[in-house]
Amino acid sequence: MITRRLLEAADGRGRIFLGLLIGLAAVVPVLNLALPATSPFHVSTATVALWGKYLCYALLALSLDLVWGYCGILSLGHGAFFALGGYAMGMYLMRQIGTRGVYAHPLLPDFMVFLNWSELPLFWWGFNWFGYALLMVFLVPASLAFVFGWFAFRSRVTGVYLSIITQALTYALMLGFFRNNFGFGGNNGLTDFKDILGYNLQSPQTRAALFAASALALALGYGIAQAVVRSKAGKVLMAVRDAESRTRFLGYRVEHYKTFIFTLSAAMAALAGALYVPQVGIINPSEFAPANSIEVVIWVAVGGRGTLIGAALGAVLVNFAKTTFTTGLLAPYWLFALGGLFVLVTILLPNGILGCLARAPNQGAETADGSAPWPGEHGGRGRPIGRAGAGVVKREAAAAPPAAGFAQPAE
Amino acid sequence: MDLAVAKPHQITPSLLYLDGVTVSFDGFRALNNLSLAISPGEMRAIIGPNGAGKTTMMDVVTGKTRPDSGSVLFDKGIDLTSKDEAAIAQLGIGRKFQKPTVFDNLSVEDNVLLALKGDRSVRGNLAWRGNSRDSHRSGEILDTIGLFQQRRRLAQSLSHGQKQWLEIGMLIAQDPKLLLVDEPVAGMTDAETMTTVELLQDIARDHSVIVVEHDMEFVRRLGVKVTVLHEGSVLAEGSIDEVSGNERVVEVYLGR
Repeated sequence: MITRRLLEAADGRGRIFLGLLIGLAAVVPVLNLALPATSPFHVSTATVALWGKYLCYALLALSLDLVWGYCGILSLGHGAFFALGGYAMGMYLMRQIGTRGVYAHPLLPDFMVFLNWSELPLFWWGFNWFGYALLMVFLVPASLAFVFGWFAFRSRVTGVYLSIITQALTYALMLGFFRNNFGFGGNNGLTDFKDILGYNLQSPQTRAALFAASALALALGYGIAQAVVRSKAGKVLMAVRDAESRTRFLGYRVEHYKTFIFTLSAAMAALAGALYVPQVGIINPSEFAPANSIEVVIWVAVGGRGTLIGAALGAVLVNFAKTTFTTGLLAPYWLFALGGLFVLVTILLPNGILGCLARAPNQGAETADGSAPWPGEHGGRGRPIGRAGAGVVKREAAAAPPAAGFAQPAE
Repeated sequence: MDLAVAKPHQITPSLLYLDGVTVSFDGFRALNNLSLAISPGEMRAIIGPNGAGKTTMMDVVTGKTRPDSGSVLFDKGIDLTSKDEAAIAQLGIGRKFQKPTVFDNLSVEDNVLLALKGDRSVRGNLAWRGNSRDSHRSGEILDTIGLFQQRRRLAQSLSHGQKQWLEIGMLIAQDPKLLLVDEPVAGMTDAETMTTVELLQDIARDHSVIVVEHDMEFVRRLGVKVTVLHEGSVLAEGSIDEVSGNERVVEVYLGR
């Protein structure tokens, strides 16, 4: 019963977050489109585009938190799934350009004409249909994650070795996509997009709609992630994180659970990428750069791993800081600031911002709990547990030695 | 492997039957032609000095280590050597580690819940919404191991002894046909040891149990048949008084 109440308590914070996202999706477009630019409440189109981008990053961070925070899989290549989702969307947007390209070829994107290709490669077929492109946005990254995860987790590659091969994965993809003959525009990538579903990508209305879609996608991703981590399967994932071989000896197929969560997470990252590309107007191989994936890890660590909301928060905060500090005098020092931030957070807020906020009131209660390395979902549950745990349970535990429990054997 | 092929799988009355099991690590024979049979419902204590192969024997039975040769048959002739940990656990073999291993960041209750016999598939557990039978059963187990009051606490906040009991509770929850228990009283106080003896005896009423232990006094209190391992094979078998009177056992144990 109390477990259920705790779940509802965690729900409470989740509901605020969901409400906030849905509110943003509804209100920001109105403030942007309906209010005159002179109004103090007017939100500029540039701001809408910028925050739309942040929301995509937040979804990417959320997806990483799902595997890292809850299952202990430190993926240093999640940018790959984000970029693949982005490329799938970019391919759709390229096909929408039609004859408006520089070479005005009815079928081939500019870069193919430039490379003297005479026909559309097979893997570009169908991308003129949005539905097909959307399917590919999920299908390609998820399949890659499934196959990669299946082999890696079945071979019991864990810890730093897994992190290294995820890096290798994204690096290999980057090298591949840099090549012209790979068929994705080489190092220029895909750009010069004109419209999406018939709407002009440059228009404020489309930008506002993309912002709203990003907010709703984040809400959806959060809802799904929350449902997974609160299910019994979510507990199994945390069990794997804490004691993998113990979980095996209980009869759980650890590789199935890991592959499942890795694939789900990749699909979420891909959705983030697909929403990101129309908002920034370009996708190129540098999105696969290993450094990008590592940056995502920093966002999650700053916000608080294993908290979901914290990951999203961390992504927005760090990127907001990045925007602020990379424009102006401080620009050359941004990377130092980012590195410093990571060091400081690790030392001062080992559970991230949200992890510390959620944990603070609980600190005195759970004595044996001081150096908990993982906030887990108990970041959210911490307080109620602490309240019950501190006074009542401890005293009873001291008063009644466990031997008393054994007096009545279970029949 | 040759041995397993050569011998027809006779239906033995044993629940667990190890025959000629050999495991070597880099030339060191951790198990050397080990043969052992455990009857259904039996509790057996396995003792032996360090390096006798006790833990390796458990690793072989639970699928963590694959033997170089020999056969391991369980429950009417199921060959365990070709199965992995999860499959063996699902067949009904539970294991308690030497160092208490519980899920630190889950509540005590959730630890038991995860161990409860039931669906182990991803799909099944995504859809799982709790039921009264499971919570009743986990309540019963928490009672048995004396941790009912602590059920909401994170497992990491338990004392060493309590973690040992929680792990035993998780074994009960699995309801395996055979339990392997590795040094259950290591690091326990005398009072805790006594409680653990009662707990194990209680479990042994409806499960087969293999207890690996260093502590002779503890084994004496269990009052069951004892197998002494030495250098990877069986040195002696019998009651605790018989084996402790055995000259070779004394020699091995006291190094005389």
